[in-house]
Amino acid sequence: MRTSYKITQNIDWVTIGLYALMVTLGWMNIYAAVYNPENITSIFDFSLNSGKQLAWIGTSVVIIIMLFAIDYKAYDSLAYGIYWFVILILLGTLVLASPIKGSRSWLVITESVRLQPAEFAKFATALAVSRFMSSINLRQQNWKDQAKLAGLALLPPIIIILQNETGSALVFAAFTLAFFREGMSPLILIIGAVAVFVFVLTLLIPQWYLAGIITVLMGLYLWMNYHRIKRYLSTYVGIWVAVLIMVFSVTYFIDNVLQEHQQNRIKVLVDPEVDPLGVGWNVTQSKIAIGSGGFFGKGFLEGTQTKFDFVPEQSTDFIFCTVGEEHGWVGSLIIIALFMGLLTRIIFVAERQRSVFGRTYGYCVASIIFFHFLVNIGMTIGLAPVVGIPLPFFSYGGSSLWSFTILLFILLAIDAHRKLDLGR
Amino acid sequence: MKYLEGRKYVIQAIFLAIGAVYLIKLFYIQVLDDSYKTAAESNALRRVVQYPFRGLIYDRHGKLLVENTPVYDLMVVPKEAKAIDTLKFCQLVGITLQEYREKITAAKKYSYVKPSPFLQRLNNIEFAAIQDNLVDFPGFYINARTVRSYPHKSLSHGLGYIGEISPRQLEDTAYHGYRQGDYLGISGLEREYEKYLMGKRGVKYTMVNVRGIEKGSFKNGAYDTLSEAGQNLMSTIDLKLQEYAEKLMEGKTGSIVAIEPKTGEILSLVSAPYYDPSLLTGKELGNNYMKLLRDPVKPLFNRPLMATYPPGSIFKLAQALIALQEGTLTPETGYPCNWSLVRCSHRHPYPANLGIAIEQSCNPYFYQVFRSVVSRGRSSNVYKDTKLGLDAWNKHIKSFGFATKLGIDLPNEKRGLMPNSQFYDKIYGATGWKFPTIYSVSIGQGETGVTPLQMANFAAILANRGYYYTPHIVRSVGENGKQVPEYSVKQYTSVDPRHFPAVVEGMQKVVETGTARFARLSHIGVILCGKTGTVQNPHGKDHSVFIAFAPKDDPKIALAVYVENAGSGAIAAAPMASLLVEKYLTDTIKTAYRKRWEHDMITGSFYKWGD
Repeated sequence: MRTSYKITQNIDWVTIGLYALMVTLGWMNIYAAVYNPENITSIFDFSLNSGKQLAWIGTSVVIIIMLFAIDYKAYDSLAYGIYWFVILILLGTLVLASPIKGSRSWLVITESVRLQPAEFAKFATALAVSRFMSSINLRQQNWKDQAKLAGLALLPPIIIILQNETGSALVFAAFTLAFFREGMSPLILIIGAVAVFVFVLTLLIPQWYLAGIITVLMGLYLWMNYHRIKRYLSTYVGIWVAVLIMVFSVTYFIDNVLQEHQQNRIKVLVDPEVDPLGVGWNVTQSKIAIGSGGFFGKGFLEGTQTKFDFVPEQSTDFIFCTVGEEHGWVGSLIIIALFMGLLTRIIFVAERQRSVFGRTYGYCVASIIFFHFLVNIGMTIGLAPVVGIPLPFFSYGGSSLWSFTILLFILLAIDAHRKLDLGR
Repeated sequence: MKYLEGRKYVIQAIFLAIGAVYLIKLFYIQVLDDSYKTAAESNALRRVVQYPFRGLIYDRHGKLLVENTPVYDLMVVPKEAKAIDTLKFCQLVGITLQEYREKITAAKKYSYVKPSPFLQRLNNIEFAAIQDNLVDFPGFYINARTVRSYPHKSLSHGLGYIGEISPRQLEDTAYHGYRQGDYLGISGLEREYEKYLMGKRGVKYTMVNVRGIEKGSFKNGAYDTLSEAGQNLMSTIDLKLQEYAEKLMEGKTGSIVAIEPKTGEILSLVSAPYYDPSLLTGKELGNNYMKLLRDPVKPLFNRPLMATYPPGSIFKLAQALIALQEGTLTPETGYPCNWSLVRCSHRHPYPANLGIAIEQSCNPYFYQVFRSVVSRGRSSNVYKDTKLGLDAWNKHIKSFGFATKLGIDLPNEKRGLMPNSQFYDKIYGATGWKFPTIYSVSIGQGETGVTPLQMANFAAILANRGYYYTPHIVRSVGENGKQVPEYSVKQYTSVDPRHFPAVVEGMQKVVETGTARFARLSHIGVILCGKTGTVQNPHGKDHSVFIAFAPKDDPKIALAVYVENAGSGAIAAAPMASLLVEKYLTDTIKTAYRKRWEHDMITGSFYKWGD
């Protein structure tokens, strides 16, 4: 390494600026969420989530400095080591941890400090996947390599599902976007999109009607275009069968595999009357809070719906309600714009990497943050099922803030040395 | 490789598209749709939970065992209850200022904006007094609910009771959907059939302004749901027989279980001492529960299912059946009443065949029967031989439902104990025991534990000559009265039905000329088959036990009576069983002689006739 190389010149200060802005706004909204007009406490009060979050932010800064101090090559060479270490901890937690609210996913360090190793599986898996990707060529139809890659990406979520933290496990689906960038067939994304579409349809229409409608439409299409497409008839029939299988398996999955409260979280998307005492109430209250914000919002600390417990988990999973209520549509616009800006910048950073490892890792970071954004904000406005995953940089929680900080700043550390990397 | 670079635009487009969709949806709910603002401005969307009517429980003839009576809870929403005249309020509801502060603090601790119960279970009079004046006190309102009540005081253990959900259950995902303050079945049928009885709660959203005045329903009730009443249970209990059985057990300790052998339906299930089920309902539940819990006679203990006793001489019937099946005994086999093996209960004629042996309940005879099953020379090593023999025996005895949970539809059923070789190996070591160590099992003493339910089921097996239906206490659930299917499967024992008549003949003799001859039912023309047992009790007087069924050729009832510390089987359990059968079959007790007997049984002045 040349000693004259100054990493400070090459650090991506735009991303750091966005990060700092988001973390600060998050902290202030956490304060607003726990703020009680009857009993005013300081934003620094350590007994409240806002005070604790400040401590998490402070420790995050330490983590950031450490991440830059580590030899950037270590992220590449130690990727597998880190991955298997985290897998070991996940398994250990699964076996040893005592269940908290039915989930064996918490490592209790002290009474008030608990860590969720599942959060750290994200960056570890991103590293391992990127490392593996840099050593193979995804487009070559080598099923062995593809299977290994799928295994790397699927092992952590399987353990996490066993820990009964289905929400955190879903995040790993985000890796498909990174794979797509590196050459995975677009067919898989399209099938995924169709699956989601069919999924929503099965919620709206009873399965036998839906199967009937699909069959009739397919039949009409084939009949009208018969001469043009008869060569591909078997392909069309294949698609038809596949969609039907999808329809019935989705219904089977919802009714027989999911637990009742999980079913309700999905069904509430199309029918708020499902489970009106539980998740239906949460979504209704969340929408009221956000909807009552209007265009400009009620003002900082002026919210009425997100205080107390109309909305559940106000400072963690439902933090966006506070933004929506107190800062209105303008506030929502700013938050969404910040996320769009950050994601765009991460893609930009990823694309300027010379190594496949760096680029893939960048896309993994973008995909994971995007997935959290998609599901978290979606659930507060009734566009996504209620899945308990945090909004990156905004939601209260040490594990979550640390893990997103590590995820993002490993990319920046790699990026800061990009000019030293000759590419492979 | 280059063409893949274009994909960054696809990914970027996906990100931006979602961002745009969310912004549009947000614009819609934040700016265009006013209903959310109205809901928030009226500042409280009050959610009123509509409690369903819990399902009722009937006896087999449609008589009501459990019903609901309305009570009223005074609820408070602390956030809205700020500007009230506290002193006036305390006068109205009849509490001190100190109590008021405590209750409000407790409610605030639960939630500032969600309703919590302030005063629970007001009766009609208290309710009427408070209701009219409540308009002056925003934040307080009345929530109507029902509590369980019992037209009869019977079947306390079978019915069980309901109580408030515990904090630990609230944390448990198995209780998803329950909320603080909810009631659920804690024991008995109430617990076992909770999911049917509970019904489905409804919910009504109303918008309330800061003064607590309703401003109408939210979104015209689009989010409201109606409550659905719980399903009724038709139990198999015969209330008349149950009440009679409880009367007989008054002031005593023990159990009575009666089963209809043709179906496995439980006709009565008595655990004595029992308690008035209405003690565990209403305001005094907590206090009464602690009182019952501390009572030294343990009235909360559900003896028919949970008490395991040595069965005593009734076990000889099972020993005979297993030996018949194994071929080591024929109905004509005779063994001497050899007192050097084991003491017999009384002097009696030589047991020249199985019938006489059962009639006289000859201990040495069954010692030899059991030995013939266990020590068959399967191995030349005496220890190994005993082990093999005992394990073969254990398989048979379990097929009678002993040492297994029968699967009754009530919680906390106990398994009981029937020893096998592993069990004795643990106590004495692998070569530390052989037949003389374990002989007391032959006469139902020693390392045996049987619940009264298992004894009654055994009586049903004998009545059916070889099989049973899983005993159960609910016949059907819901209005259409669909039968619970898992209870209509015949369960055969490992003993061939052809061996049963010989044993049943013996049981007939027991009542006609044997140990229980005073329990005869010849005056109503019914042949009762039974077997007495007297269980040695190291802590005091013997336990009195009797199993029986009747009529012999078309059994309508099979039962087990177990009276602790009452003496021999013939003086307490057998007469009680005889009275119960007469009452069940003819609905009365006929002769003056038997009426006097009935009186003596109830008062517990048992005669001193031997067995």
